[in-house]
Amino acid sequence: MKYAEEFRDPVAAKGLLAAIETVIAEIGATADKPVCIMEICGGHTHAIFRYGLNKLTPPGLEFIHGPGCPVCVLPMSRVDECVELAERPEVIFTTFGDAMRVPGTRKSLMQAKADGCDIRMVYSPLDALELARRSPDREVVFFGLGFETTTPSTALSIQQAAAEGLTNFSVFCNHITVPPPIKALLDDPRMILDGFVGPGHVSMVIGTKPYDFIAEDYGKPIVVAGFEPLDLLQSVLMVLEQIRDGRAAVENQYARVVPEEGNPVSIAACEDVYERRKSFEWRGLGEIDLSGLKIREKYAAFDAERKFGIGYGADRQPVAEPEGCACGDVMTGRLKPYQCPQFGTGCTPEMPLGALMVSSEGACAAYYQYGGAELELEPAQ
Amino acid sequence: MCLGIPGRITEISDPARKLATVEISGVRREVNVACVAGDRALADLVGAWVLVHVGFAMSLINEEEAAKTLEVLKMLGEAQEELAAMRQSKEMLERAS
Repeated sequence: MKYAEEFRDPVAAKGLLAAIETVIAEIGATADKPVCIMEICGGHTHAIFRYGLNKLTPPGLEFIHGPGCPVCVLPMSRVDECVELAERPEVIFTTFGDAMRVPGTRKSLMQAKADGCDIRMVYSPLDALELARRSPDREVVFFGLGFETTTPSTALSIQQAAAEGLTNFSVFCNHITVPPPIKALLDDPRMILDGFVGPGHVSMVIGTKPYDFIAEDYGKPIVVAGFEPLDLLQSVLMVLEQIRDGRAAVENQYARVVPEEGNPVSIAACEDVYERRKSFEWRGLGEIDLSGLKIREKYAAFDAERKFGIGYGADRQPVAEPEGCACGDVMTGRLKPYQCPQFGTGCTPEMPLGALMVSSEGACAAYYQYGGAELELEPAQ
Repeated sequence: MCLGIPGRITEISDPARKLATVEISGVRREVNVACVAGDRALADLVGAWVLVHVGFAMSLINEEEAAKTLEVLKMLGEAQEELAAMRQSKEMLERAS
């Protein structure tokens, strides 16, 4: 029924699930001693829950939900800085809608908008650019947020603004990159991961080479995966087979979209516009070396940090998480979302206390939305 | 914002800015195609299926891949969210002019 309807090819799904079960048994993993595989990307987290893959796979396999949801790893102090920028009377603050409900220490962007700040949700930085062209007497600030899937779009928009000589457009750059937090997790002695399902669309931009250190330096397998449930099951199987065979390699299950070398135009634009910050704060994970991007000196005129004296370079005071919020422990796999005392009571998708409840790609929101749904494995038609 | 949504390039609307009109689930939207153009002429992109991330085409895909991806996005509710975000952004710009 639900299961049979929702998989494109239930026969293939059943075959993959059976193969996963066999390899789990060959490894000797059990519910008490599971194989732990982290899916890095928040889109994968959402798909795993939506299709119930965590329930269809054997108890000897545990999914650990990674830090790949940019909204969820956004520290409160960055939200405070966004609000501070938005409170300037000359500023129109533009942002992807995802960031609107992330709590800050004072207020979220949603609350700031209700309090009279000129904050506008945009689908694309192209729309922020167009708004700047149409509002020459205002300062349009775009909140640059996200991993490598959105960093090129911000870079290309800054290049376009420079080419046109726009003087009222700037970017509050909080872009982050995927590989450094993976390294940080692997360096954490409390973290026990056996392998990774790598992000699909991030890898489409950066290629597969940036993951080499995972296999070469840490001896862990990683398989770059697509978003279809069959892609995910196949990728999990590929990771498990590597573990069973004692191998560690970077493999690409999503080669139909992800070229090994990534997207050269995107990589060149990012190289031109950004440089790495020495370190950057991640919600729940703390400071991570070389994990954030800032705008290079040559594009200083388009850097809201420099233009308004606000941002990571100006104030590096970490802000404590709200009392009782366990996002950090959930993010590193030490707690399951439902083990947080605030889960579903003090923290819900409507009134999030922590960031993992804000986005549909956050582990807590996914548990909240799909946690109770029991999917049945129907016989294939 | 992290998952791309598939669309089909229908025309090149602004060659200087490398912008094209892309039809995404029946919605037309201007999209930057610099990342998929590479060395080829922009006109050769008309008719191609692409994955669009926040207004930028990031990858050329085939029609079957486009259909499969859209199906997953609909199942996750992400397609509806993306299309709503495009519509709201367009309305916001219309009010600004």
